[in-house]
Amino acid sequence: MKRVYVNEKWCLGCHLCEYNCAFANSGMTDMVKALKDKPIYPRVHIEQSDDITYAVSCRHCKDPLCVKSCIAGAISIVDGVVKIDKTKCVGCLTCVLVCPYGAVRPGPTGAAQKCELCLENSCGEPACVKGCPNNAIVYEERQEEK
Amino acid sequence: MSKFVIIGNGVAAAGCIEGIRSIDKESEITVISAEKHPVYSRPLISYYLEGKTTLEKMNYRSEDFYEKNKAELVYASAEKIDLKKGEVAFGSKKTKFDKLCIAAGSSPFVPPMDGLDSVKEKFTFMTMDDSLALEKALKKDSRVLIVGAGLIGLKCAEGILERVGSVTVVDLADRVLSSILDNECAAVMQKHLESKGMKFLLSDSVAKLETDKAVMKSGKTVEFDVLVLAVGVRANTQLAKDAGAEVNRGIIIDTKMQTTLENVYAAGDCTEGYDSSIDANRVLAILPNAYMQGFCAGVNMAGGDSSITNAIPMNSIGFFGLHCTSAGSYFAQGEGEVYEEKSCGGIKRLYIKDNKLTGYIIIGDVTGAGIYTRIIREKTDLSGVNIDKLKNNATLAMFLPETRRKMLGGVV
Ligand SMILES: Cc1cc2nc3c(=O)[nH]c(=O)nc-3n(C[C@H](O)[C@H](O)[C@H](O)COP(=O)(O)OP(=O)(O)OC[C@H]3O[C@@H](n4cnc5c(N)ncnc54)[C@H](O)[C@@H]3O)c2cc1C
Ligand code: SF4
Ligand code: SF4
Repeated sequence: MKRVYVNEKWCLGCHLCEYNCAFANSGMTDMVKALKDKPIYPRVHIEQSDDITYAVSCRHCKDPLCVKSCIAGAISIVDGVVKIDKTKCVGCLTCVLVCPYGAVRPGPTGAAQKCELCLENSCGEPACVKGCPNNAIVYEERQEEK
Repeated sequence: MSKFVIIGNGVAAAGCIEGIRSIDKESEITVISAEKHPVYSRPLISYYLEGKTTLEKMNYRSEDFYEKNKAELVYASAEKIDLKKGEVAFGSKKTKFDKLCIAAGSSPFVPPMDGLDSVKEKFTFMTMDDSLALEKALKKDSRVLIVGAGLIGLKCAEGILERVGSVTVVDLADRVLSSILDNECAAVMQKHLESKGMKFLLSDSVAKLETDKAVMKSGKTVEFDVLVLAVGVRANTQLAKDAGAEVNRGIIIDTKMQTTLENVYAAGDCTEGYDSSIDANRVLAILPNAYMQGFCAGVNMAGGDSSITNAIPMNSIGFFGLHCTSAGSYFAQGEGEVYEEKSCGGIKRLYIKDNKLTGYIIIGDVTGAGIYTRIIREKTDLSGVNIDKLKNNATLAMFLPETRRKMLGGVV
């Protein structure tokens, strides 16, 4: 299955991925209207360690702790993609408690949200990858490490 | 072909069904459920009262769950396990099993209380039916007395606060959420709850109940219309015990979820399984544990090979928008380093000992908390971790670049 991977060497720390993500998931067609002067809730986050920056988003784990731990049964795996049913989520953040990557966070309504690979929003493929100016995030098939 | 029977129909049972079906798609599964509902998300009963979910959305799995998994659901109470015959008796019926999983959960513990019989409106808070019954008794001006300031009592209090006149919570402990919070953090949470209107009587207990009045040990009296008993829960161990299984506070299981009896497994709140944070068995009555134990039991029952060796206590609980996550174990002052950071309305405490993070509590911004939980679960040696960064924030920045590259560049 194709997943989002990070090449931290090439990350410029420009945060464009965060904006592209927030826009792709806003359901709006005008980026300025969607994001200007509003708190944004991207599902990918740039972290910094000394002078290195890198993007963190859901790994779509093969054996995901969030799915097993959700107290509402709101997280499931559909064709390898780990998805949150916003309408069932009660915002308890047990998924935040267990995600080993810090990849899930509360969204604007308090319901948990995370990267779902843009498969269902207007973008159709990960917007963070599409918009990254330096190929620091890629969307591809990789083999499991032995 | 085998025949599987599961006693109980909570999240542990759902995990067991899915565990069995991950290996064996055909064999018969019978689920015996004392509650007359398909599996639902037990922790949501307070969210239901608060109007944050609906009975329909509380279903833990889709409507066709049993059908899809070819599991037969029987509404009955299992009464006896006959090991010799390999049978479980319920009502006037019996069903055979090759492998059995006991996923019977726990029951509210109601301590003997002087005058309890004189109270008309009294409730426990464990099941969907409890929640619906309590809801019926609530009026706009009800004065509610909740006995127990643990997770269940306080979640109940949160769920009903806006719907009633007043909520008073009494507990023998000197702090709220005493099983998951240390003194410092409990004080922060208590202050928050009080600011929302809850009243507390701590280090106190009910000495006597008189119809609509509770006389405390301290001599104080509280008048009430509705009483909720949330003192604690006890694992349902009787069936297992009668069948000859070793039982302590819960049914003893090994890391494969097998009880001390052949072909009998157990999972969830009714068990006492291995807790790696204390290197001993302990009841870990939390939903993630119930699911994972159930799944693991199911895999092994169906002939697969699974074990759980890294279970730890952990909790995520929020009240009126203030979140709290915690995991692992804490130690007494002086036994290690406790790093504390206070923020607006919140607090973070990290327990570090022998170069390991043994436990943590965060109230407020819980972003990335799972990374702390991970290094407790994995017993990560902190020599390979940047401790200043660890204290500062729960991000992947605390790891060495090679470690992080594997996390973000590999299939996990
Ligand atoms: C109000 C509340 C809030 C909670 N909040 C959280 C939370 O935020 N996070 C968290 O991790 N955990 C929480 N929990 C705990 C969590 O709900 C439990 O850990 C979990 O539901 C345990 O699942 P289980 O399947 O082991 O047991 P249960 O869900 O208790 O299911 C056991 C079932 O077995 C049935 N049964 C028992 N004996 C028999 C018999 N002889 N025959 C047939 N059936 C039988 C019972 O009726 C019950 O339906 C909460 C619990 C409560 C009550
Ligand atoms: S949210 Fe976290 S635990 Fe869940 S699939 Fe994504 S990375 Fe894995
Ligand atoms: S916050 Fe929502 S998705 Fe996360 S565990 Fe709680 S109910 Fe499930």
